[in-house]
Amino acid sequence: MANPQDTALIEVRGLKKYFPITQGIIFQRKVADVKAVDGLNFAIKKGETLGLVGESGCGKSTTGRAILQLYRPTAGEVIFQGKDLVKLQGEELRKMRRNMQMIFQDPYASLNPRMTVGDIIGEPLEVHNIAKGKEKKERVQELLKIVGLNPYFVNRYPHEFSGGQRQRIGVARALAVQPDFIVCDEPISALDVSIQAQIINLLEELQTKFNLTYLFIAHDLSVVRHISDRIAVMYLGKIVELTDRNALYNNPLHPYTKALLSAVPIPDPVVEEKRERIILVGDVPSPVRPPSGCHFHTRCPLVMDKCKKDDPEFRNAGAEHWVACHAV
Amino acid sequence: MGTLLEVKDLRTEFHTQDGIVHAVNGVSFHVDEGETLGLVGESGCGKSVSMLSVMRLIPMPPGKIASGSVLFQGRDLVKVDDEEIRSVRGNKIAMVFQDPMTSLNPVLTINTQISEALELHLGMTKEQARKRAVELLKMVGIPEAEGRIDDYPHQFSGGMRQRVMIAMALSCSPQLLIADEPTTALDVTIQAQITDIVKRLKRELGMAIIWITHDLGVIAGLADRINVMYAGFVIESASNKELFANPLHPYTLGLLGSIPRLDEAHKAKLTPIEGLPPDLIEMPKGCPFHDRCAYRTDKCANENPALELGAVRHQVACWNWQDVQKLRATIKR
Repeated sequence: MANPQDTALIEVRGLKKYFPITQGIIFQRKVADVKAVDGLNFAIKKGETLGLVGESGCGKSTTGRAILQLYRPTAGEVIFQGKDLVKLQGEELRKMRRNMQMIFQDPYASLNPRMTVGDIIGEPLEVHNIAKGKEKKERVQELLKIVGLNPYFVNRYPHEFSGGQRQRIGVARALAVQPDFIVCDEPISALDVSIQAQIINLLEELQTKFNLTYLFIAHDLSVVRHISDRIAVMYLGKIVELTDRNALYNNPLHPYTKALLSAVPIPDPVVEEKRERIILVGDVPSPVRPPSGCHFHTRCPLVMDKCKKDDPEFRNAGAEHWVACHAV
Repeated sequence: MGTLLEVKDLRTEFHTQDGIVHAVNGVSFHVDEGETLGLVGESGCGKSVSMLSVMRLIPMPPGKIASGSVLFQGRDLVKVDDEEIRSVRGNKIAMVFQDPMTSLNPVLTINTQISEALELHLGMTKEQARKRAVELLKMVGIPEAEGRIDDYPHQFSGGMRQRVMIAMALSCSPQLLIADEPTTALDVTIQAQITDIVKRLKRELGMAIIWITHDLGVIAGLADRINVMYAGFVIESASNKELFANPLHPYTLGLLGSIPRLDEAHKAKLTPIEGLPPDLIEMPKGCPFHDRCAYRTDKCANENPALELGAVRHQVACWNWQDVQKLRATIKR
C-alpha cells in the first residue's frame, strides 16, 4: 500500500554513538570507546509505534537519545521532516524539539521536586512561546485532564503523587508542545503491574487521538509486542532483526530473537509446561571490545566459522523482514 | 508429604513517625516438603515482609511481629531465642535476595563468603569449606570454578552473582529456600538461565521453595501452589493450574487482565485495575480491595472477608466470588 501512512517520519542512517573511555586526570587521553550504538539503519513510519527491545546495555536507550540529539551521534544521519538533525545546531535544533519529545523511565527522577505540576507541564509551553499566563494555566489544566488527572492538581508538587500518576505528568509534559514524535524510554518498567496497564492504555489512546508516532523502548517483549506495530531487536549496539509484530513472534529468523522469545515467561502454566526453552550460554560481552564478526557469535547456537570473521549485513529477507545473520 | 513450615495468623507492623504501617495483617499458610509455593503480589503487599518475618530478619525497632506463629520442625520461630534462630537461618532455611549487586560483600572474596556458612553451621575446616565451595559453584553452573573462587563480587556479572547467591544459600543443604524476587534485576535470557538452574537443583536436592515475585509469568512456570497477596492479606490460594484456569478473586482477575501476553494473536485492550493500593497506615475498613473492585457491594466496605474454600483446594477471600464467577461466565458466552 502506498498510502500516506507508509511515509517515513524519521529515517535513521548509519547511526553511531561511541562514548570515549579516558585515562589520566589532567591530560586525559582516549584509550578506548564504548560502542553503545554501532551503525543503525531504520525508518519509523508516520503514525506507527516502533518497538525497540533488547537486554540491558544493548544500546536501546542510547539510540532513543541519539535520535532526539540528547546525545550528539558520533556518525550517521537522522532525517526528520526533511532535515538532518545531526547537522542542526542551536536555535534551529531547539525549534525542531517542539516536534519531538521524550517520556522517561523513572518517574521519580524525571520530575523536578521543587517545581509544581503546573510549572513542569507549563515550562515547554513557555520555552517554545506557545502560551503564557492565564492561557498557559488553562492549557496545563486541559493537559492534566487528557492524561486522566484532576485539573486542580496544578499547584501540587511531584512528591504528592504515586508512581503511576507521576508518569502521567511526564506524559502530559511531553504532549504539551503537541509533538509528532515521542520517544518512550521504558515508560512503564518502574511501575507496578496493575498500574502498567493504565499507562499502556493511556499511551494507546493518545496515539489515536493526536496521531502520534512512537519509538517505544523496553526490555519486556510481551509489552513491546502488545503496543508496537513493528519491532526492532537490538543486541550489543546493532539491530539484529526488524519486522512486523506478528511476523517477529510467528516467524523469528535471528537466533537471538528466537532465544529471547523463548525466554519470556507466559502467565499460563499449561502453555509453560509445553514450551521449549532455548537457554543461551554466558553473558552479553562488553561493548568496549565487542566480538569480531557477528556480535552474537559467542552465544549463538548456530555459530559457523564465517560468523567469527564477517559482520553479517542487515538485509531484507522478504516482506520487509529485516535480519542480520549468516545462517538465515 | 508432610508440612514443613506452617505460618499462622502472622502480623507484622512498623512503628514510624507517621503512624503504624500494617505490612502483614494476619497471614496463614503452609509449605509442604519439596513443594514450590509462589507468593505473588505488587510492591507493598507484604510478600517480602512476611518472609523476612519468618526468618526473623525484620529490623526491630521499627518493625515488630505483633502476633502469630511460624512452626518449623516443631519449633515456633517467632518465640525461639536469637541463638536458636541463627542455627536455623542459612542452615535449615536459606534465602536468596532480589539484588545480586548489593547482597554480596564487595570486600570479601567469593570463597570467604560461601565458606562462612559452611564453617559456622557444618563445622568444616577452611580446606574442606573451600573444596565444597568449588563444588557448589560448579553445581550452579559457574565455568572454571576453581579459578574464579578467589575473585571478588565486582568481577562477576549480575547473572553470575545471582548464581553465587544461590550457591551460598544451598551450601548447607537447606530444607526450605526462600527466593525473594531473585530474577527481577536480571535480563530475560539470564532469568531463564536462573529459573532453569533452580528447577534442576530442586529436582536434585528435593528442597521446598518459596518464590516471591510480582511476575505472574515467572511463577506460572515454577510453582506448585500460589498465594496471591494484597495489602498484607493472602486473598487467594490455589494450585498453579487452578489459579490461572479459574481465578476467583477480582484482584487476581485484574492482575491477569492487566498484563499483555507474548502469545496474544491480536491486540486486545488491557483492562487495568483502576486506582491505587490502600495506604497501609490508614487501612480501609472492610475488604482492602473494595474501593478498586468492580464487583463491590455495600458489605465489602464494612466487613473484611476471610479466606474460604471456593473450589477444591482453592481458597478465596471475597464476599461475592460466586456472583463474580456467574457474571464472568455470562460475559464469556
